[in-house]
Amino acid sequence: MSLLTVEGVVSGYGEMQVLRGVSLRVDPGEIVSIVGPNGAGKSTVMKLIFGLLKPWEGRVTFDGEDISGLPPEQIVRRGLCYVPQVDNVFPSLTVEENLEMGAYILDEPLKARKERVYELFPRLAERRHQRAGKMSGGERQMVAMGRALMLDPKLLMLDEPSAGLAPLLVDLIFDKVAEINRTGVAVLMVEQNAKRSLELAHRGYVLATGRNQVEGPGAQLLADPEVARLYLGG
Amino acid sequence: MVEVRPLPRSRALRRTVSTVLGSRWALVGLLALIALLIVVLSSLQGVSATRMLGLVVRGVLLGGVLALGALGVTLVFGVLKMANFAHGDLMTVGAYLGLVVMSLLPRGAPLLGLGFGYEFVVALLVAMPLVGLLAYGLDRVTFRRLRQRRSAPVMMAMAALGVAFGLRSIVYMVFGADFAFYYQGRARPVVELFAGVRVRTDQLFILGLAVLLIVLVYLLLERTKVGKAMRAMADNPDLARISGIPTERVVFWTWLIAGALAGAGGMLYGLDVQLRPEMGWWLLLPLFASVILGTIGNVYGALLGAFTMGIVWQVSTAFVNPAYGPAAAFVVMILALLVRPQGLMGGGR
Repeated sequence: MSLLTVEGVVSGYGEMQVLRGVSLRVDPGEIVSIVGPNGAGKSTVMKLIFGLLKPWEGRVTFDGEDISGLPPEQIVRRGLCYVPQVDNVFPSLTVEENLEMGAYILDEPLKARKERVYELFPRLAERRHQRAGKMSGGERQMVAMGRALMLDPKLLMLDEPSAGLAPLLVDLIFDKVAEINRTGVAVLMVEQNAKRSLELAHRGYVLATGRNQVEGPGAQLLADPEVARLYLGG
Repeated sequence: MVEVRPLPRSRALRRTVSTVLGSRWALVGLLALIALLIVVLSSLQGVSATRMLGLVVRGVLLGGVLALGALGVTLVFGVLKMANFAHGDLMTVGAYLGLVVMSLLPRGAPLLGLGFGYEFVVALLVAMPLVGLLAYGLDRVTFRRLRQRRSAPVMMAMAALGVAFGLRSIVYMVFGADFAFYYQGRARPVVELFAGVRVRTDQLFILGLAVLLIVLVYLLLERTKVGKAMRAMADNPDLARISGIPTERVVFWTWLIAGALAGAGGMLYGLDVQLRPEMGWWLLLPLFASVILGTIGNVYGALLGAFTMGIVWQVSTAFVNPAYGPAAAFVVMILALLVRPQGLMGGGR
């Protein structure tokens, strides 16, 4: 059974329709990448899955339950965590406090969970008492991912995790995504860096003009000359 | 600002100059300059050093009361992005609620060298949570509806102004327009602090309690889960929701704390001066000035701002009619904001 399914979702902001029928699924343990040109609605799909936007049509199910239109605070309880593309840390809170906020809904000591994040990102362990707002873009991305991992999600959603990062850091972030995935966490990510993310992904979707157009294993999409020509900029 | 006159030719230099002028230290320097000016003026006018010191002490006392109000204003602004113009009147309500509680209790003897008895402390403990709950109740019936409809900030501010008028009218109706006192005609013990500066013991209690409450708020924000969540919401409300923080519960605690501080501030102000239905209303502008001076939404800025405003307000009375005290404080605020528009603790630059 699929972990997450999105079926024929139509939605948008106010009067403006952005999604014109998107369907996708994520199976347990998979990395799924959504690629496509700017304005295709990639980030909008993520927001919709996470309840920041209500579907006009269609539905979203997670772990067999309908979660369409549930508010984010209820969605996180089901094991789905989300890292937005921008503004994804609390700048005046320390690294440690950022992580604590990720597990706010738990009434238990968070030490073990924090240590696990620090193991994954040793850089954060060194700077646990630094304010997140004073950190570099790459470090902030680590804080944001760490925050989202605090609840041990079944599915981690990443919106453009490599946006605006130096090439070396892009490598690091993609390595970390693979490492997280190896622990059994399914990953759904949206990426501008189509080549890198499709290489990493088990499957990919190409989204354009609010619809998913092509779907398939990451490597196959990369090799498809039509996909390359249409959406990946050659 | 005289320093700007030699216009730098290159843009880089100009940027450096504007960075220096806009830095926190420039503002601190400006405030120090004003302090120096006051000292010079006072010696020219023959105001005694003792009198000046006394005014500074009074300013710190007033700053403590202002800080209690300003903390609430800045917390509500940070978490809810709303200018709560009803905050001053919450202080008034707190002061009068205290009066009601005290009238229900038998009068006790003055506590160790102070001018009030146990009943004032009891009233404080009752009024604080009550004003907190009142603040949250008002949010439920007014501001929350506007928030959910994503109303413009100006609508929220107008709603708060309406609540302010409403609260004040109720106080007028119930208690009348006359002054009221917690203790009429009772001796208020005075002690000498240092160098001939004399204050009432009650005033020391007021400052002590204000500092205690400020420390408690600090610990709450830095150490407790709900306090950290309040800071998180002030930072980034969307991310707070995405993280699963129950935002409505954080809103409840914000109002409870802001209201309780307002209640305490009102009662302490009433103890120091007297009770009037518009007492809090007249504090509203100094409160906002403190908060803006210290960067709105920033808790530590609000404290700095409040004590600065309190001291300027009191010290200015040595040179101008005391009625202009708040005006002097505003002049300082305007000067400070010209130098550093984002306030003392603001980011950027």
